[in-house]
Amino acid sequence: MSEIKEISLGDIAARAHELAEETPGEKMLLNMGPSHPATHGVLRLRLELDGDIVTKCDPVIGYLHRGDEKIAENMTYNQFVPYTDRLDYLAPLANNVAYAIAVEKLAKLEVPPRCQAIRVLCCELARISSHLLGLGVYGMDTGAWTIFMYTFTEREKLYSLFEELTGARFTTSYTRIGGVARDLPEGWLAKVEKFCDELPRTIDEVDKLLTRNKLFLDRTKDIAPVSKELAIAYAFTGANLRASGVPVDLRKDKPYSGYENYEFDIPVGTVGDCYDRYLVRMEELRQSIRIVKQAIAKMPDGPWYAEDAKKIFPPRKDGVLTKMEELIQNFMLTTEGPQIPPGEVYFEAENPKGALGFFIHSKGGGVPYRLHIRGGSFVSLGILPAIIPGNYMTDITAILGSLDFVMGECDR
Amino acid sequence: MSATDTVSSLQSTLLARFSYLTPRSGSADHPAVNVPAENLVSFATALRDELGFDMLTDIAGADWDQESPRFAAVYHFVRTAKCEYLRVVCAAPDDVAPSIPSLVALYPSANWFEREAHDMFGIDFAGHPDLRRILMWDSYPWHPLRKEFPLAGKETDIPSDDQIEGARTKVRPAPLAGGPFVATPGKTMHDGEPHGKDQSWNETQPKPTR
Repeated sequence: MSEIKEISLGDIAARAHELAEETPGEKMLLNMGPSHPATHGVLRLRLELDGDIVTKCDPVIGYLHRGDEKIAENMTYNQFVPYTDRLDYLAPLANNVAYAIAVEKLAKLEVPPRCQAIRVLCCELARISSHLLGLGVYGMDTGAWTIFMYTFTEREKLYSLFEELTGARFTTSYTRIGGVARDLPEGWLAKVEKFCDELPRTIDEVDKLLTRNKLFLDRTKDIAPVSKELAIAYAFTGANLRASGVPVDLRKDKPYSGYENYEFDIPVGTVGDCYDRYLVRMEELRQSIRIVKQAIAKMPDGPWYAEDAKKIFPPRKDGVLTKMEELIQNFMLTTEGPQIPPGEVYFEAENPKGALGFFIHSKGGGVPYRLHIRGGSFVSLGILPAIIPGNYMTDITAILGSLDFVMGECDR
Repeated sequence: MSATDTVSSLQSTLLARFSYLTPRSGSADHPAVNVPAENLVSFATALRDELGFDMLTDIAGADWDQESPRFAAVYHFVRTAKCEYLRVVCAAPDDVAPSIPSLVALYPSANWFEREAHDMFGIDFAGHPDLRRILMWDSYPWHPLRKEFPLAGKETDIPSDDQIEGARTKVRPAPLAGGPFVATPGKTMHDGEPHGKDQSWNETQPKPTR
């Protein structure tokens, strides 16, 4: 027989209060993701809705966590290059370059001008590829399907160019510490130039379809504005920061890989809403084309790897097969990895999704003691709990699309 | 004035002004200082309000293994107006239960970075409003970036039987059992194929408990 419990009136009153707290008004809890077409990967949002308005947003990340930092501590510097492809997997070339420059800064190694120009070319092509996809899916998120078709057609051409350059369409692994994997293929620059001549037509087409489109404006204008102060407080970087009106671009303010030799403008937004973030990316596409054309026009001759770095960059194949010293050097580099002096470095590169930072602590030798990756997307998502509440449920897709993040870089 | 002069001048200005700071050696690029944990918040406040370092762009946890203090957090502050970086390293005084004051109240961006360092190293950021795991799931018992944690991972509890039944799914160890793939030349073709680094355990043989 169950025990009979005496309940006082006070207890009932307390319980009524408890019940009221459990079902406040008509609030509803909703899980968006982790597998949802608008979350661009495996992002999960725990939302609290009051009718159609979001009152609370708690992003849950980590579904794509692969432990890249742990892996980096267990392999040599060059072996980690393929893992950087999988950070922001929509701009692998830019990640390769950022990582290589970070390690070279630690080794105080200067790469020759041709290598720098190739890297700039790679970074900007990666930016074009990433922004084309970003804009395409942004259009899709806001109900403009056609854009996706236009931008993907162009992106396909770009991927063919990447394939010719690196041997892979997607996971390029192009850079090495102290250089790049191979020189530019013959006639490749002419093909890139042709691509750059044709691309503005598509950009104009997208421009005409979206920029003055009433539906698109309604979906994006004044949605989730991020003020200057908020953007800086949440450490926004890249296009998202510039859309809020902060003219910071690491390519201009802290030039790396010879960016100071190129002429380009930095587009800046005014209010930092979803529409501004779209406009900034559109203009960045055009500016990237400008940089690519300049890089092609003045592509220097000479070596595409650091020649005086015996302990870092492997010797040429013909030398390895005929000379003893080169053979030993090649063997040592392959087994022990590039020899990087002890020290600490933190390098941020202006990647399409925001600054991609590498913090490396080396105790000498071929393996980093600690490698930390600062993903631009990780930071862009950190602001969601602050900007999503107060918006309509349907606006979430527009907000996510405008932030242009990728979960590979967020979860690492 | 060259770039290195600016770097050292910022560092010496800071060292002269804040007596508790010590210079940090080995920096290949930005000025770097060590700050004791009890002074971190007041130093960060001065950085933000008086010296114009308005952005906290990164926090990296670190485990120095045999050294003491063992755990530290590496902060990178940016003065966005000039794009100047500053590295601040704060060591946790206690090696067993590492704790560092939180900077979320000053820099909102610290929120996720501190959660990540807490997740990966087990550093307790005192004063953090919502210190949960961020990349690993909530019930995960280990801190994977600590140096004693093996690369191949450690066994954790798989969901209980009724949960598996409720989810109507098949639960078995992850296919990457044995850690990251390596490919070493062997006598037969099978030996040379990519395989797990630690072959003592796989889908059929249970993992040795450490």
